Amino acid sequence: MGPLQLSIMDTPAAAIVVKGLTKSFGSHVAIRDVSFTVAKGEIVGFLGPNGAGKSTTMRILCGLLAASKGEAYIGGISVARSPDLIKRHLGYMPENNPLPEDLRVVEYLHWRAALKEIPRGKQSKRVNEVLELCDLHRKASRKLIGSLSKGFRQRVGLADAILAEPEVVILDEPTIGLDPHQVLIFRQLLDTLRGKTTIVLSSHILDEVERSCDRVMIINQGRIVACGTAQDLRSEYCTGTAIKIEFRGDKQALIKAIATVHADYVLHAAAPRSANDWLPAQILGNKAPMNDELLLRTLSALPGVELRAFAREEPSLETIFIAATKRSWDTELKGRNASPPASTDAPRPPSTPVATA
Amino acid sequence: MRHYLHLLLHEIRVMLFAPATYAASTLFLLLMGYVFYSILQDNSTSEQEVIPLEQFFRAFSLPVLFMVPLLTMRSLAEERRLGTLETLMTTPVSTVEIVLAKFSAAYFFYLLLWAVALGFPILADRVLDRGDLTPLFLDQGVLIGGYIYVGLSGLLFIATGLLCSGLTRSQLVAAMLTFSLLLIFIVVLPALREQADAFNGWLRFPLQYFEVTSHLEDFARGIVDTRPVAYYLLNTSVVLGLATLIVEARGTR
Repeated sequence: MGPLQLSIMDTPAAAIVVKGLTKSFGSHVAIRDVSFTVAKGEIVGFLGPNGAGKSTTMRILCGLLAASKGEAYIGGISVARSPDLIKRHLGYMPENNPLPEDLRVVEYLHWRAALKEIPRGKQSKRVNEVLELCDLHRKASRKLIGSLSKGFRQRVGLADAILAEPEVVILDEPTIGLDPHQVLIFRQLLDTLRGKTTIVLSSHILDEVERSCDRVMIINQGRIVACGTAQDLRSEYCTGTAIKIEFRGDKQALIKAIATVHADYVLHAAAPRSANDWLPAQILGNKAPMNDELLLRTLSALPGVELRAFAREEPSLETIFIAATKRSWDTELKGRNASPPASTDAPRPPSTPVATA
Repeated sequence: MRHYLHLLLHEIRVMLFAPATYAASTLFLLLMGYVFYSILQDNSTSEQEVIPLEQFFRAFSLPVLFMVPLLTMRSLAEERRLGTLETLMTTPVSTVEIVLAKFSAAYFFYLLLWAVALGFPILADRVLDRGDLTPLFLDQGVLIGGYIYVGLSGLLFIATGLLCSGLTRSQLVAAMLTFSLLLIFIVVLPALREQADAFNGWLRFPLQYFEVTSHLEDFARGIVDTRPVAYYLLNTSVVLGLATLIVEARGTR
C-alpha cells in the first residue's frame, strides 16, 4: 500500500479522492492536474463549458478510461488498480444515457440487477423500489425502452444508476430532457439519497445544481477553476453587490447620489418613455460591497426621485460560473503573454456581466 | 464467470429481436434449400460419385459467407455505437464474459440454423421413394462427421466475425470485414494453394494450415481427425482472446 493510499485510509470521510489527474488524447490534453475530494454523503455539482473535461473526469472515476497521470480513489480503493472492485460500489449514468431499445423497462432493470449482483431474492423488491422512486412504476415500467420519451429514458438511466444502492453515484447530465415536473422528482430523489449516497453530477442547468448540490466544482479547459459551496464561491468571485430598484423621476440626480455613496457603482436603466414612468433598474459594481442601507437612505431622501422597490440581488450560480471561467481564461492568457508584455489588444474571452466580475 | 449466463440469455434475446438474425436465417435456409434441391436433381439425372448428404455438406461454405457476417456484425459494433457497452462495463462484468456471451449467442444461432437445415435431408428421406438406397439421405457417419465439421469450423468463423465487430462502430464495416476474411479463408487460400503447388512447393504447407476447408472432405466422409479439432479450438481461442484484448484496449470508444 503506497503512501497516497494510506493518507486516504486516514480520511475515512472521503468517498472520492482525486489527485493530480491528467488525461491526454494524443496531443490534446483533456484534463490537467485535476484534484478534488468528495466527502461521504455529499452531493457535488460538476460544472463546466462543453469540452471542459467533465465527462472525461467522470469516465476515469468509473474506470472506463485510464488516466495518463494521477490517481483516483473511490472509498479508498484505487480505480486504476482495482477497477472491478470499484464497480461494485459505483452507479453511473453516462451523458447520452444509452439503453437497449428492445427491452421493457422492468426487464432491463431486472437484468441490470442480476449483473450488479443484487441477491436473486431481493431483485424484484429493489426493482420495484427504484421504479417508484423514479416515478416509473405506472404504465412506463411495462413499455419498451425504445418507445419512451427522452424524460422517461433519463429516469430509466437514473433508476439503473441507483439500483444496487451504490455508495457513489456519478451522473453525467442527468436532467437533460426532463420537464419541470420530472426535474422536481429528480430533486426529490436526490433528497432521499442525501447523506446516504455520495453523488457527483454534471449539469448545464446551473439553477438545478445550486438547488440540489452541497458543493460545486467548476472545471474549465481541463482544470478545476473553482470549488466550494455556492456561498463560498459568491464571496470569492462576486465581491460586488447588485441592487435592483424601481424608480421614477430625475435619473441624473439618482446617478450622482449613487456615486456619492460608492464611486464604483453605476446605474443601469433604460431611457424613460415619459417622466411619470416607473423604471426598473440595477445598481451594479464589482470591486467592493455596497453599503445598501446607506444607499437606501440616500435614495429615499433624494428630491425629485421616487423609489418604490429596492432589493439586494444574490449573484446566481450562472454569474459565478461565468466569473470563474473568465478568470481562468484571463490567467491562461496572462501565462501565454508572460514573455512579451501583456498587450491590451490580446483576444478577450467572453465578457462577464458588469454586476459581479 | 458468474454473469455469463445472464449475459448469454440477454444476447440471445437481443438476437431474437434483431432483423439481421431473420435476414441471415432466411438467406441461409433459402440457399441451403436450393442447394439440396439442385443436388437431388443432379442425382436424379446422372450417377454421382458421392451421396447427396456429402454433397450437401461440401456446399457449406456458400451460405456461411453471408450468414456469419449477418449474425455477428451487430454484436460489439452496435453496442459501441449506441454506447450500451459503456454502461455494461460499469457493472462488475468482465470483458471476457462479455465477449464469450456474445460469441456463444451468435454460435447458438449458427448451430440452430444448421439444425433446421437438417430438415432438408430428413424431408427427402421421409418423402422420396428411396427403394434400396437407405443411406442415401441420412447416412449416420456422414451426418455426424459433417455436423462436427460444421460445428468446429463455425467456432472459428463466428469468433472471426466477433473480432471484426470489435474493430469498428459500424455494423456494415464489420460485416464487410468478416465477409472478406471468410472469403480469404474459404476461397482465396485454396486457390493460392493450388498456385503454390505449381510454383513453389514449400508454400503449400502454411497455406494448407490456414485453409479451413481442407478438412471438410475427411469430415464429410465421416472421418474425424483430432488434428483439425485441435486446430479449430486453438485458433478460436486465439481469435476470441484478440477480440477481448481489442475491447479492453479500445474501451468504449
